[in-house]
Amino acid sequence: MSDEILDEITASDYKYGFTTDIESDTVPPGLNEDVIRLISEKKNEPQWMLDWRLDAYKTWLAMVEPEWPNVTYSKPDFQAVSYYSAPKQKKELESLDEVDPELLRTFERLGISLDEQKRLSGVAMDVVVDSVSVATTFKKTLAEKGIIFCSMSEAIQEHSELVRKHLGTVIPKRDNFYAALNSAVFTDGSFCYIPKGVRCPMELSTYFRINEANTGQFERTLVIADEGSYVSYLEGCTAPSRDENQLHAAVVELVALDNAEIKYSTVQNWYPGDAEGKGGVFNFVTKRGICERNAKISWTQVETGSAVTWKYPSCILKGDNSIGEFYSVAVTNNYQQADTGTKMIHLGKNTKSTIISKGISAGKSHNSYRGLVRVGARAENARNFSQCDSLLMGDQCGAHTFPYIEAQHPTAQIEHEATTSKIGEDQIFYCNQRGIGTEEAIALIVNGYCKDVLNQLPMEFAVEAQKLLEVSLEGSVG
Amino acid sequence: MIKINNLQARVEDKEILKGINLEINPGEIHAIMGPNGSGKSTLSSVIAGREDYEVTGGSIDFEGEDLMDLDPEERAHKGIFLSFQYPVEIPGVTVSNFIKTAINESRKGRGEEPMEAREMLAKMREKTALLEMDKSYLSRSLNEGFSGGEKKRNEIFQMAMLEPKLAILDETDSGLDIDALRIVAGGVNKLRTADNAVVVITHYQRLLDYIKPDFVHVLFNGRIVKSGGPELAHELEEKGYDWIKAENA
Repeated sequence: MSDEILDEITASDYKYGFTTDIESDTVPPGLNEDVIRLISEKKNEPQWMLDWRLDAYKTWLAMVEPEWPNVTYSKPDFQAVSYYSAPKQKKELESLDEVDPELLRTFERLGISLDEQKRLSGVAMDVVVDSVSVATTFKKTLAEKGIIFCSMSEAIQEHSELVRKHLGTVIPKRDNFYAALNSAVFTDGSFCYIPKGVRCPMELSTYFRINEANTGQFERTLVIADEGSYVSYLEGCTAPSRDENQLHAAVVELVALDNAEIKYSTVQNWYPGDAEGKGGVFNFVTKRGICERNAKISWTQVETGSAVTWKYPSCILKGDNSIGEFYSVAVTNNYQQADTGTKMIHLGKNTKSTIISKGISAGKSHNSYRGLVRVGARAENARNFSQCDSLLMGDQCGAHTFPYIEAQHPTAQIEHEATTSKIGEDQIFYCNQRGIGTEEAIALIVNGYCKDVLNQLPMEFAVEAQKLLEVSLEGSVG
Repeated sequence: MIKINNLQARVEDKEILKGINLEINPGEIHAIMGPNGSGKSTLSSVIAGREDYEVTGGSIDFEGEDLMDLDPEERAHKGIFLSFQYPVEIPGVTVSNFIKTAINESRKGRGEEPMEAREMLAKMREKTALLEMDKSYLSRSLNEGFSGGEKKRNEIFQMAMLEPKLAILDETDSGLDIDALRIVAGGVNKLRTADNAVVVITHYQRLLDYIKPDFVHVLFNGRIVKSGGPELAHELEEKGYDWIKAENA
């Protein structure tokens, strides 16, 4: 295949580049204690929450931005970021009819019709547009089972004790630079609690979207699965085109108590910047879960967006017999950079972890897998299997693998497999000969390559993810 | 059906086809034989439209249309099928998904509706049975971990599904044991109609015991140097290619 064709294929425009015209209530740029007090006050938070934020802020001031990831970018100016932005909504909404029609149109353009989603897929969604939840659905059905699914702001008001007990227990304030920043300034996010022995009857889903120019997005998500419960949580997002870089530093904490299971799936499609590498979202996310006895946490992610990604959804396998899984597809194109992977920390006996990572690099992008498997001194019979594959398209991109393995127990069994391949001219021609055009052929090959990961996604999400992969790599092949 | 006129082609600076003339009519089976490096695979690749080969002269006319203007997939939509000598692996894509995509993309290319799922399934069953393939084939990744024989059988399965007008079998016999050869050749024979044509490219007479050609051509040094009936293949088997080489030295 000629370079020309590859260029065309990989030069696909971002389909979701537009902004909506919604009045926003925005705090002026800059960060200091007063801004944090203002955020806390606007959200009518209890004193403990404000103190927690201020403590995080002090910690953050003493920290430096990490430089170890395999990415290069000009560091954001934290004083140029606005830390709070809420769409102006007069009151709490009971139904979609009350939602700003402009906002609904935005969702429609994204192919995310709330109505459709609600009616057809039975997905309850907590939609986050610029940090404030606008619509929350299916609450009643969930409430009957005692399931709490609401915005973080609401949880702080209504379920203060639960939040206070678990917030920051998996990812402490001082965990890293961006987690500390998030702890200080997070504006909203989702909160979910599944009571003992309850199997959540539907997939819980949140759509995040960065909508305000120059507004940093600091989401905070906390999912607690009480003993013997089960929940599948979906998170997907798209963002409008921007010239300036947008900072996104989310924190997601999962708590799986004894015998509980959490499945957390993400489709990430934030604006990756243009073909020259201008603009795009900085996605510096900290995601981690803790497993108590016999618990299981499974992370699945399809990452196609953002200019720079720095993200390691991890599992602390604290309880005996607990299980951690990480399934990832990361696509980089043009000048995108991704440094992503996972950490599996085996502390309990008979703990097991599986890592399947599929990287796809196109254009002039760089895609790194970085993963840590650590087996602690008490983790008898710990097992890990890792498979890290890289697929290259063209000859100007890069794929890198940084596996770290630390075993402190002699019974540990750790396997690591890695492959690097290129979409071959032979494969494309073979498909062409059978009547399949080049663009379709690439979609077919890429979807086949990612199958092990896509299979982990809930059905309706898998279809969306497949489409997203095609959009991310498609072009106008003549 | 297809008329190849003074076809010349090269790869990089190397001239491989030096003026091929060949005409094939519906219902005919042609065998193209010749020693290694004579240009057999190049000829099939050029007909299928592989970009690595630069056509420097001549023409290929397929049902009144100049093939040179068409992309490989468009040629496939018109009914040209190439059974590859070395079929590629596509991990994670099942045989059934691949053939479904191929059929529906071809139909789309011809402005037809996609095939109904039920019809597709029935057809897959019928064709796997024809080639004595286990149904589990369909859910395996395309050619991944297939033995040489399985790969070739899978090529003929796809041919059976796509029902091409012109099928070019590029060394389909290589890597096949005698039982597989019999099944594959039997499949090709059963697919034969008065409207389609088959080109069999091979080194050996062996395959031609099963697929009986109407015409045999000997390709040597980029040209067809001898054409005849089935007896020509036997003559080659007896005398070897040295005879041809000596004549054309």
